[in-house]
Amino acid sequence: MKLSDKAKKRLFTVCAVVFWIGVWQAAAMIINKSLILASPVEVIERLFTLVPEKSFFPSILFSLSKIMLGFLLGTVTGVLFAVLAGKLVFFERLFSPLITAVKAVPVASFTILALIWITSSDLSVLITFLIAVPVVYSNVFEGFRAFDPKLTIMADIFHISPLRRFVGIYLSQIMPYFRSAVKLAVGLCWKSGVAAEVIGTPKGSIGEKLYNSKVYLETADLFAWTLVIIILSLITEKAILLIVDIAAKRIEKL
Amino acid sequence: MALRADNITKKFGDSTVINGFSHEFTDGSFTCIMGASGCGKTTLMNILLGVITPDSGTVTGNTVRMSAVFQEDRLCENLSALSNLRLVMRGKPDRALIETELAAVGLTDCADKPVRDLSGGMKRRIALLRALLAEYEILFLDEPFKGLDDATKQTVMEYCRQKTAGRTVILITHDKSEAVFFGGETIILE
Repeated sequence: MKLSDKAKKRLFTVCAVVFWIGVWQAAAMIINKSLILASPVEVIERLFTLVPEKSFFPSILFSLSKIMLGFLLGTVTGVLFAVLAGKLVFFERLFSPLITAVKAVPVASFTILALIWITSSDLSVLITFLIAVPVVYSNVFEGFRAFDPKLTIMADIFHISPLRRFVGIYLSQIMPYFRSAVKLAVGLCWKSGVAAEVIGTPKGSIGEKLYNSKVYLETADLFAWTLVIIILSLITEKAILLIVDIAAKRIEKL
Repeated sequence: MALRADNITKKFGDSTVINGFSHEFTDGSFTCIMGASGCGKTTLMNILLGVITPDSGTVTGNTVRMSAVFQEDRLCENLSALSNLRLVMRGKPDRALIETELAAVGLTDCADKPVRDLSGGMKRRIALLRALLAEYEILFLDEPFKGLDDATKQTVMEYCRQKTAGRTVILITHDKSEAVFFGGETIILE
């Protein structure tokens, strides 16, 4: 039986994952102290005991809603800023120092500062917003810079209507940059959002669970919740990219 | 109203690219503008299209609807071949009609492929098809057959001749055989 290139690639990815889980299991067996390094088997076992707990899904829902709200607001703002900067140099110069500053400031500094302004339950919304804005802005703005002005001349010659011009020419050019931005931003939002929750420990969040596992030295819990975060990050990334790809396909077919 | 250029001059720095060019392109005429590379053929086309302003002289009759194959393809790379063609056509033209036109220039099964995945010769044919399917009074073709192999070029030139019969066309080329194939008037730029 001959495997297609796609199937081969998938098989290789599965093998790579299995290999690294094997390395993890071997390391845990060598150390032989679950307090320092819980084994994959222990983590999965712990995960199965966590799932039926009353607070498991509410914690997921809490963090998911806050992080996704921040991501969404950040994406909209980032696109809006990029459109303004792409159209007028004035905005590009105005936003440049702000974006550079937001990019450079550590998440911890923002989190501590934000705790003075807002309640800890809304903390992850603000932090993920601040993470998403520069990522989306930079990528979408790059798309504007890469735009070939000769296409505008082409559109003028052919008398292409403003709507078709916007969707067919501008949006279709920007879409690949927007996709990269979204892909990058989702993962970063989960990382920073949960980190902010660990510092602010809002009640009923995944961050609080991670914090408690650190306080009570429950390494298996820490790993199990980390696994949950990875799964959530992957699911949200795939779901958002699916929506973006469907939109891109619709644009492609005009 | 015929397209008319009167005493057009264009300089880039110290270099005079077009020097006192005058011509009337009568309605329904096929005109070939020939000349060596860098002699100002594309600059002249851009002046006639109204994209570049001449340093002196006037162009009249270029306010009508025009269509063009540019020196570069100027296609929307992330759109499918079909979408690139639909972009310039009025309303939402029938898919089957566009597929027939694509097949006529040897682009069967290309309708849904993003242009970025097509070869240079395929992109050129889509750029030509776009110009031919758009509404126009005057058609400008700036080396529309470059990058095509001999057999494909022959097919595409024949298709182009049929589609442009009786229309006002200005073909820019440095290939004498193209001028001979299409006939009409030939202007040689020096």
